[in-house]
Amino acid sequence: MSSESRGEVNPLETSLRLQELVYGLEIRKVMTSEVITVSRQTSMREAQALMKQNAITGLPVTVAGSQKVVGMVSMNDVMNALEKGKMDDTVFLWMTREVQVLHDEMPLSFAIAAFNKYPFRRFPVVDKDNRLNGMLTFRNINLALIRELSQQLNKMEHLIEDSEEADIFDLVKVYSLQQHDFENGGKASTEIKKFLKRRKVPSGVIRRVAVACYELEINLVAHSLGGMLGFDINPERIRISANDLGPGIESLELAMTEGFSTASEWVRSMGFGAGMGLPNVKKISDEFEIHSEPGLGTMILSIIYLKKENGKEGDNDDS
Amino acid sequence: MTIADIGKIENMECLQDRYEDRDITDAYTSDLLSDVMANASEYSVLITIQAHKNTVAVATLVGVPAIVICNNRPVDDDVLETAASEGIAVFRTAENQFQSSLRIGEGLKDL
Repeated sequence: MSSESRGEVNPLETSLRLQELVYGLEIRKVMTSEVITVSRQTSMREAQALMKQNAITGLPVTVAGSQKVVGMVSMNDVMNALEKGKMDDTVFLWMTREVQVLHDEMPLSFAIAAFNKYPFRRFPVVDKDNRLNGMLTFRNINLALIRELSQQLNKMEHLIEDSEEADIFDLVKVYSLQQHDFENGGKASTEIKKFLKRRKVPSGVIRRVAVACYELEINLVAHSLGGMLGFDINPERIRISANDLGPGIESLELAMTEGFSTASEWVRSMGFGAGMGLPNVKKISDEFEIHSEPGLGTMILSIIYLKKENGKEGDNDDS
Repeated sequence: MTIADIGKIENMECLQDRYEDRDITDAYTSDLLSDVMANASEYSVLITIQAHKNTVAVATLVGVPAIVICNNRPVDDDVLETAASEGIAVFRTAENQFQSSLRIGEGLKDL
């Protein structure tokens, strides 16, 4: 199988892999941390001067002390004020009050969805206490892409050098899944299972990996607008990640509750949507993470250890 | 009981016979694929009314070598092709899940 031999890298897979890597980065690792802000009392004239000096087109307006973002003042607002001869007004009178913030722990895929969804070109990034922590523009995303690209290129060059090892255990692979494509749901899981079986991984571990991949795969097909399922396997552990660009989960607590499902009748009639998927994945994972934001997307990470002493007991096989 | 023995059960029709015969050690009756995924044991026969490709995918992942489709539900050719490529036997019967389970349970008694 050429896709598994690491010497030959399929360009499409590499770009998917790259996309998946970038999607999975935390926003705070990509954002600009040094942010120039203004207070509500700053004049439009001062705001304009700050933009000019720093070659930026927008400034977050924050409340001194709490660092809460109450608005954004843009070059457009400055032009409007200039036209009316109101450059001595405070920014509070001219700023945009509808601010969409991003949280610094969100995966970058949410930010990409936000850029598609909202008309804004820059988003203030806040920490868990809602304090301004950075700014994110498309430039940050491009830089992250370039950074990952060069790292991947280095890796690929390295791989070509030592691709002679035939029974290599490492595998990095990403599958792209379309909404409602049940025909292909299960394909990725089946391939991964075979990869592990050939490498004599204990059947209990394979079973757990199969449960996690299959449920995540079906989740992407049944619930998301489409997404990616990524595998990163090394002799220590198997890392499975599912990223999608929406619609996001309204209540994570409910989603993690056994028996709860938002699946449609059609999905249910096929034997899915019993509300067992996510709880099952969590149950069999050694490490489990889920992030979701309505409208922006969901990211799920499941890690299963291959070294016995670290991992959960293998699922019992009655055989 | 072996896979071939399932085919000998009254009213049981074999739809996909490209499989390697082996012992069946258990059976699992369910129409919820997540449930099958989580709870069916390897080398079981799966008794279900779900006759689509994902049933085969789940069987492959769990290590179920035979599927019994109940209530004479229609089975598409591409489902059988997928099953053939995975070496999974597919049977069909007019009986429901309960009746089929009883019959297979009889066969498993001899274990």
